[in-house]
Amino acid sequence: MIEFFQHVVNGISVGSTYALIALGYTMVFGILQLINFAHGEVFMLGAFIGMYSSRYFGFGEHPSLWALLAILALAMVGCAIMGFLIERLAYRPLRRSPRINVLITAVGVSLFLQFSGQLLFGSDPKFFPQVFQPSGDWTLGGVRFNPLQVIVFCISIVLMAILQTIIFRTRLGRAMRAVSFNHDLASLMGIPTNAVISYTFMLGSALAGAAGVLVGLIYPKIEPLMGTMPGLKAFVAAVLGGIGNVTGAVVGALTLGLAEAFVVAYYAPTFRDALAFIILILILLFKPTGLFGTRRTEKV
Amino acid sequence: MKISPVLNTFTRVVIATTLSLSLAACTKKSNNASQDATQNAAGDTILVGEVGSMTGSEGTFGTSTHNGIDLAFKQINAKGGVKGKKLALISMDDQGKPEEAATAVTKLITQNKVAAILGEVASSRSLAMAPIAQQYKIPMVTPSSTNPKVTEQGDYIFRVCFIDPFQGTVMAKFAAQNLKLKRVAILRDVKNDYSVGLADFFTATFTQLGGTVVEDQAYSSGDTDFKTQLTNIKGKNPEALMVPGYYTEVGLIARQAREAGIKVPLLGGDGWDSPKLTEIGGVAMNGSFFSNHYSQEDKAPNVQTFVEDYKKIHGVAPDGLAAMGYDAAMVLVDAMNRSPDLASGNIRAALAATKDYPGVTGRITINEKRDAVKSAVVLNIDNGQFKYQTTINP
Repeated sequence: MIEFFQHVVNGISVGSTYALIALGYTMVFGILQLINFAHGEVFMLGAFIGMYSSRYFGFGEHPSLWALLAILALAMVGCAIMGFLIERLAYRPLRRSPRINVLITAVGVSLFLQFSGQLLFGSDPKFFPQVFQPSGDWTLGGVRFNPLQVIVFCISIVLMAILQTIIFRTRLGRAMRAVSFNHDLASLMGIPTNAVISYTFMLGSALAGAAGVLVGLIYPKIEPLMGTMPGLKAFVAAVLGGIGNVTGAVVGALTLGLAEAFVVAYYAPTFRDALAFIILILILLFKPTGLFGTRRTEKV
Repeated sequence: MKISPVLNTFTRVVIATTLSLSLAACTKKSNNASQDATQNAAGDTILVGEVGSMTGSEGTFGTSTHNGIDLAFKQINAKGGVKGKKLALISMDDQGKPEEAATAVTKLITQNKVAAILGEVASSRSLAMAPIAQQYKIPMVTPSSTNPKVTEQGDYIFRVCFIDPFQGTVMAKFAAQNLKLKRVAILRDVKNDYSVGLADFFTATFTQLGGTVVEDQAYSSGDTDFKTQLTNIKGKNPEALMVPGYYTEVGLIARQAREAGIKVPLLGGDGWDSPKLTEIGGVAMNGSFFSNHYSQEDKAPNVQTFVEDYKKIHGVAPDGLAAMGYDAAMVLVDAMNRSPDLASGNIRAALAATKDYPGVTGRITINEKRDAVKSAVVLNIDNGQFKYQTTINP
């Protein structure tokens, strides 16, 4: 029985890393109806910015919570700039083109970043400095918790709440929802559509950057192709929860993490990656709006 | 206006003829490749091709091996080369991909016309290269591909390392006889021939010696989370955990094993041999053991000279793969010296006759299966350093 609960804890901890990536994914989709395949690569860039900045400041030798917060901030700012550039250079020129063009461009941007990453950082795996090491293990009735993963879980819940607040309680959020509802009408109402879309991308990319640092801290082996699989998994999680829905993304990601843990534990470990895509196909066939999606009503 | 269709037909005929001629030339060229290689060797340099993963996730495998080969060639050339000719190395990077390795070896043989091939480190890539080298009858010496299937590809394929059964057997003997263990769990990489081979032979020998494999879990290379498998393993309370994977995943596995509360030593093979192992794994790797081809702490004079020379050129101490690269190059040179001429058939025969060659990774004898028969060392990871533990003989 202890093993079963340990599997649950493991599943939730993997799920919360997916959730961090899925949040940005789902938000960009919610506003723009654009599946930003490059999101996983922005996540990878976040991890590398985190690695290089903590090496530069020597945080690996002097781990502290402040070091973690500092590199989180750096990675988020760096990724926000990347997100801005990607949107400005790759997606904005295609604003009036059919959706399929933008989708293919997104795949192109994703591949471009993967291989530029290999060129720039080298494709061998790098060690992510341990800038923050909470001491000891936490155990509860024989079930072990990794303190870092508890922190990641809490951070993803907090970020979800912050996103919800931004989207539903601020002027920027209202503008985002207006743009999401109708671009042209929004701009006729005096909303600076392009600026709002840029903000959306920067916000989503900053979230991916934060995810990169946190995942790098838990699994301290980072490489330029590390964003591909988590990116796809986060996409599945977002679809599972109802793409465009922030709460749905987190619930979907946790569900996916749990499902993977159980498949590995009780069926076959090699089936882990296939499972995500079986879920994707089933959801698209039977409930295309996802667990939380209701057509166009609760769209962010 | 009337003339254009005629011209068109004429152009078409010309193009067709040129094409078919050039195609014929191509086929002829490839048939004669091995002959050309021998002719090329008649010049004043002997070209040797090297294929390795200089970049990619196992980048340190390729670069270490390359540094070893490079040192061997520099030393031989400084002493006047082979049969009065200088050795020249043409290196190709396969980025760790089998298909790139196959392309690279084809290019080396058909375009560069090399006399012999050195490489690859990983068995999966050597397996992609071997049939091509065999087809053109160019001798290929792999420094460190330990999967048995590699040399089964044909009589031109050799290796200077031991094979998986032996490494699996060595670790099983070490666990049962030196560490006196009874219960061991296995976590194998099912995507990797090397890992599966080691795990299977470990299981066979370990059960024969009276031990039990209490749990056999699997992962796929590229995974980053192993906690679920480790939770299952922890439930069986093993006395050691055999992880015959590559250093890329083993470091993470070690960390997560310690987090999951598995405190027992980890066991592995030569795929652990990289400085990245302890960089990624950190303190979690301490107290673990792995089998390897050589130890730089070996007091034999030829090993110490090699370590000194290598440090002088490359600035760091050679790892096992560098030593294997060095030995592969030296065994090839030794065979070229003993061969009456540099025809590929004669080099092959000389390689097959290699007996008791005193390499830095042990005395190398090539058996009838073109595998090296030699001893293995077991290393202990102590405070991030690889320390010599014991030598296990075949």
